[in-house]
Amino acid sequence: MSPSTLFAATGGFDPLTGGEVMVAQNIAFAIMAVTMLVSAVRMVTTRNVVHAALYLVIVLAGAAGVFILLGAEFVGVTQVMVYIGAIIVLFLFGIMLTRGSFGDDDGVDGERRSMAAMVGALVLAVMAAALVDTFRDAELSRAQPSLTADVGDLIFSQYIVPFEAISVLLLAALIGAIVVARGD
Amino acid sequence: MSSTILAIELAYWQQTGLRALLGLVGVLLPAGILVYLFLFKMMSFMQSRLGPMEAGPYGSLQLLAEVGKFFQKEDLIPAAADRVVFKMAPFVVLISTFLLVLVIPAGPDLWFIDIDTGIFLALAVSSISVIGILMAGWASASKYSLIGGLRAAGQLVAYELPLVLAVMGVVIQAGTLNVQGIVMAQASGEIFGWGGIGNPFILTQFVGFAIFLIAVQAELTQPPFDMPVAESELVTGYLTEYSGLRFLMFFIGEFATAGIFSALAATMFLGGWYVPGLDPTDNLFNVIGPLVLIGKMVLVAFLIFWFRFTYPRFREDQLQQLAWKFLIPLSLVNIVATGILKVVF
Repeated sequence: MSPSTLFAATGGFDPLTGGEVMVAQNIAFAIMAVTMLVSAVRMVTTRNVVHAALYLVIVLAGAAGVFILLGAEFVGVTQVMVYIGAIIVLFLFGIMLTRGSFGDDDGVDGERRSMAAMVGALVLAVMAAALVDTFRDAELSRAQPSLTADVGDLIFSQYIVPFEAISVLLLAALIGAIVVARGD
Repeated sequence: MSSTILAIELAYWQQTGLRALLGLVGVLLPAGILVYLFLFKMMSFMQSRLGPMEAGPYGSLQLLAEVGKFFQKEDLIPAAADRVVFKMAPFVVLISTFLLVLVIPAGPDLWFIDIDTGIFLALAVSSISVIGILMAGWASASKYSLIGGLRAAGQLVAYELPLVLAVMGVVIQAGTLNVQGIVMAQASGEIFGWGGIGNPFILTQFVGFAIFLIAVQAELTQPPFDMPVAESELVTGYLTEYSGLRFLMFFIGEFATAGIFSALAATMFLGGWYVPGLDPTDNLFNVIGPLVLIGKMVLVAFLIFWFRFTYPRFREDQLQQLAWKFLIPLSLVNIVATGILKVVF
């Protein structure tokens, strides 16, 4: 009874580099990556807001799948729980409550296109720089998925200060939202 | 991962095929049992009538007749509907159901996936069905459907919190998210040093059990929480425009989810496939485990359907107040109390 059942297929060693080859994982990753890319492009090009939100579901589900492939089981499941189960539902709820209209929306493809492209490029640059700088050539351990208990231990020991800071930040955002929404 | 089931050696692809087949059984069997036993028979008896009696002995083949009826119906799609989203919506709901059945173990070696996040995964995938319901409500291009979808989303988001928080007490007590681990914790548990019946968590987590069942009732949009499909106001809410096979898929999804949530409650609070007096690692449980689990599932489902057929519908504001002002604070108190007692004992 090992918890590593999600890693069904095992691979051999690459004769050229000596590194480990995981065939099934590579195929699964390729399928997910292509699906995610296509959905992401469709998400920003479609003129229907509800369709955009539904494409976002596919992208986020793919992200959860990639996390699980990397052995970050808890993060993957949390991705499903928080993003698909809560945030997208709120998106759809908001769209349907305010618009509820059908077909393409003319106002979607607006004047902020260049701004959005700039923000996107900036986020990509910062994330790529941070990731490359952090990991360099380090190979992640793929033999065993990370256990939820270990994640919990780390959050409440080594990373307790960032964790608390984020909690306070979220609380502030929550209160701020209520204050803004009340309007009195 | 054990590659033998009852001493039969199986290749990986054979195991996968067997799992897919058993997954189908795991979804359809609870749905069939619940529909026949409770929707056809128990509801009829509670209303002083016999229910279906013609098809087969005591109407036991009525299920097949119903499925046959749905197969014959025309697959109607409203002219103004968003066809792709409309067609996909029932599948999204069924995906959620099929993923949900994966986490439930039916014996020491009988499980689909035995992963570390177990119960957390179940709660996460159960929330996918909300998207299917919203898709159905929006794509139908009907006011009834849209309002029904919105009500369903509001209700499901509100009751997901008590559902998750009620499970927290069990997780704290068992010390693991793994469902098999929760069963083992109950099987090997002791009540003040007496291990005669293990320690089914319903004894210590009764508040959690009650909150879980109420939240499940709301998650299934069953009466008294059936505002999203309130037939006197909304025809049938987000299901209004569906017919034939697609309606059947929503129907199976609802009752299969009811069965799987009942099995989940039985696993977390009643000891799952374990019966007291035997060694939990005994190979015998690979045979009787599924039967024990189904028995306990029917017991929990009986409670759910008893409430369903007894109580009148909540008003929308009462429904939201019950979740936010009563169930969520109560489940938070339950978590704090469980945490303190866990440290003390």
